[in-house]
Amino acid sequence: MIEVKDLGKKFGSQQVLEDVSTIFETGKNNLIIGKSGSGKTVLLKCIVGLLSPTVGHVFFDGKDYVAMNIDQKNEIRRELGMLFQGGALFDSLTVEQNVRFPLDMFTKMSASEKLDRVNEVLKRVNLVNANHKFPSQLSGGMQKRTGIARAIVMNPKYLFCDEPNSGLDPQTSIVIDELIMEITEEYQITTITNTHDMNSVITNGDKIIFLHQGKKHWEGTKETLFMAENKELIDFIFASDFLKEARDVRLNKLKAKQSKQ
Amino acid sequence: MAEYVHDTGGPLFHIGRYMLMVKRSFSNPERASMLWKEILRQMSNIGVGSLVIIILISFFIGAVSAVQFAYNLSGSMVPMYFVGYVVKESMILELAPTISCLILAGKVGSNLASELGTMRLTEQIDALEIMGVNTFSYLIGPKLIAALTMVPLLVIISAATGIGGGMLAGSFTGYVSISDYTQGILMNFVQKNIFIMLTKAAVFGFVLTSISCYQGFYAHGSAIEIGKASTRAVVLSCIMVLFADLILAWLLLN
Repeated sequence: MIEVKDLGKKFGSQQVLEDVSTIFETGKNNLIIGKSGSGKTVLLKCIVGLLSPTVGHVFFDGKDYVAMNIDQKNEIRRELGMLFQGGALFDSLTVEQNVRFPLDMFTKMSASEKLDRVNEVLKRVNLVNANHKFPSQLSGGMQKRTGIARAIVMNPKYLFCDEPNSGLDPQTSIVIDELIMEITEEYQITTITNTHDMNSVITNGDKIIFLHQGKKHWEGTKETLFMAENKELIDFIFASDFLKEARDVRLNKLKAKQSKQ
Repeated sequence: MAEYVHDTGGPLFHIGRYMLMVKRSFSNPERASMLWKEILRQMSNIGVGSLVIIILISFFIGAVSAVQFAYNLSGSMVPMYFVGYVVKESMILELAPTISCLILAGKVGSNLASELGTMRLTEQIDALEIMGVNTFSYLIGPKLIAALTMVPLLVIISAATGIGGGMLAGSFTGYVSISDYTQGILMNFVQKNIFIMLTKAAVFGFVLTSISCYQGFYAHGSAIEIGKASTRAVVLSCIMVLFADLILAWLLLN
């Protein structure tokens, strides 16, 4: 479980995050949503420690991450994996070397044990026969899968995904979303995903945080999303006429169901 | 941390951040074997990768120096074997370390800055930090160690090639015979000059590599910033190499 308490971040005089508090639960896919510039990436970077919050705390299973020294932070970092928007794969390394990198750096496993583990996670993300390819030879979806494989190779307790669907076609997006969901449930990890993708929000949001102008405006689940009253959230999620109609249909169904009960 | 990337400040801020970068680059690595592998890769990049251009340029510098000095001596009372002596002294004391490092600032410096800048912009450095890797000692430390070992070697090769180039050019143009030139090379050999050459090479190598790494590591913004960081790396490295040259000449020759 990750708890964020009264988190704020300023860049110079610009307040980017203000007073954000929430709990991200274990075994669930927690989504952070919001418009571009709403502070999603800054919140994610503050949680993982790439940025230091100006105020507030981040607790990893009760341990205050913000107050830790660099060695203590590195201990926590060994337990977290992150999938970056662009994959962030190391250009000069092959898929196998990319996925093996954390094992080479932090474990004393033998070469054959490492190879077995790498093949195991590559199989898990449905990426076979790509071991010796370089990132430049992979499609966007394959790069994301490699990123996920590298993120989970050390059996992390926490998984962070920064816009995992960006640049992918709708079908591949669904495949990546399902993969993240399956891994979250299978390994019982705390997953935090930063997304713009409405399909992800509606189908995968075990818990959803909506940020607007650096503040938390709404918190709920994919089930409560349709009944939310927050204007900014409704404008953001149901931006097109098609989605507005879909929301009305869904709301009517829910109301009809409630009145029957 | 990525946060530093967003901060901007005056010269003191950059000097302080540069000092911290250098200090952290020599801190304990997570895995010595990984560091060693990276050092070898960088030695190949910096050393072997620059060998051809250093040899070519040094050869021509030595050749031109010999021809021009011989031209100035022609008709004077000074014996022609002085051509060998002057080319040797100028190559060892100044031309080999300084010109080689100015060339390296262009070739290696821009390469390092763009490599690290690309890694920063494509979040590869963030990915390493998330894993808990000390990015300074893993990414910058090996480059500094490789430069400290390979640049002096390149400068030795440069000096030898320049002196050889002078000999061939002098003989080919008929200004000075090989035996006269060799007599000049062997004349008044000062061991301290070799020490000065190697000291200059190590200092210049460190200066150009660390400045280029600094520019690349803290690049931020869009892809165009990588080009700007690369240009800044070359310009600043060249200026600092020449400044260090002046300081070292003053310190070591006094």
